[in-house]
Amino acid sequence: MMNNSKALNKIPLEEVSYQMPTHTLSLCLSLSLFWWINSNYSNPLLLSLGAASILLVLYIAHRMDVIDHESQPVHLSLKMSGYLLWLTKEIIVSNISVVKHIWLGNSSISPTLVTIDASQRTDLGKVIYANSITLTPGTVTVDLVGDRMTIHSLLKENIDTLKAGEMDRRVTELENRC
Amino acid sequence: MNLLLEIGSGLCLLLGCFLCLSGGVGILRFPDFFTRMHAVGVTDTLGAGMILIGLMLQNPAGLVLLKLMMILLFTLFINPTASHALAKAALRNNLQPVLDESSNQGGDKPSKL
Repeated sequence: MMNNSKALNKIPLEEVSYQMPTHTLSLCLSLSLFWWINSNYSNPLLLSLGAASILLVLYIAHRMDVIDHESQPVHLSLKMSGYLLWLTKEIIVSNISVVKHIWLGNSSISPTLVTIDASQRTDLGKVIYANSITLTPGTVTVDLVGDRMTIHSLLKENIDTLKAGEMDRRVTELENRC
Repeated sequence: MNLLLEIGSGLCLLLGCFLCLSGGVGILRFPDFFTRMHAVGVTDTLGAGMILIGLMLQNPAGLVLLKLMMILLFTLFINPTASHALAKAALRNNLQPVLDESSNQGGDKPSKL
């Protein structure tokens, strides 16, 4: 939350007034979609209740000052799909390896704890990178201080793969294309 | 077509069950907290994903599909955050991970806060 307000301060005023409607609109749309998927009733009473709760949430979020490019990364959503496909492939590959080592037993694993560097500039980029690492079975981001990430991994090879830096490069690319 | 969906759904569910079972076995088998967390990762991602995809194939036309996709999306967003919080809490409270001997040479010590 503190970072959010700092990031907001850096953005020039006219940019804030330009950005806010897009983010509010995207939050409003996603909330409406959420309500519709979950209720799927179209009688006026429930629809108006939905509209009222969406407005309430929008008002609270606005007062909390959390509607910005970090909570509503609309600029990322379109460019995300390529990265998500690649991440899905990575998840499947590492799932197979972890399951293999579960059945092979304790002697086949080599738990490692190392610190690696992240090359992302923004907080959002770092969070995407750290979460991608955690989402891939076999590696967990334990700590993130500045640019240094502490990673615990089940196998030494996982760390070598991370250090080769393909995931890092892809997240940085994703971040730069925004 | 219906039969094909049925078979696909069954296969996905079976694979999902196997992955969840493997995750469970991993929790029992691995030596310490951190390695057990990796076993949970299997259940979290592909295990839950496969079961949800299997359920999606059961009813590919209805609103249930959207709800299941939403569950999958939220699982994938929330699980890494929860795992990270758990691991960080464990390390902060001085739970030292069991490390592989060959890789445990200076420099790789956990960063203390």
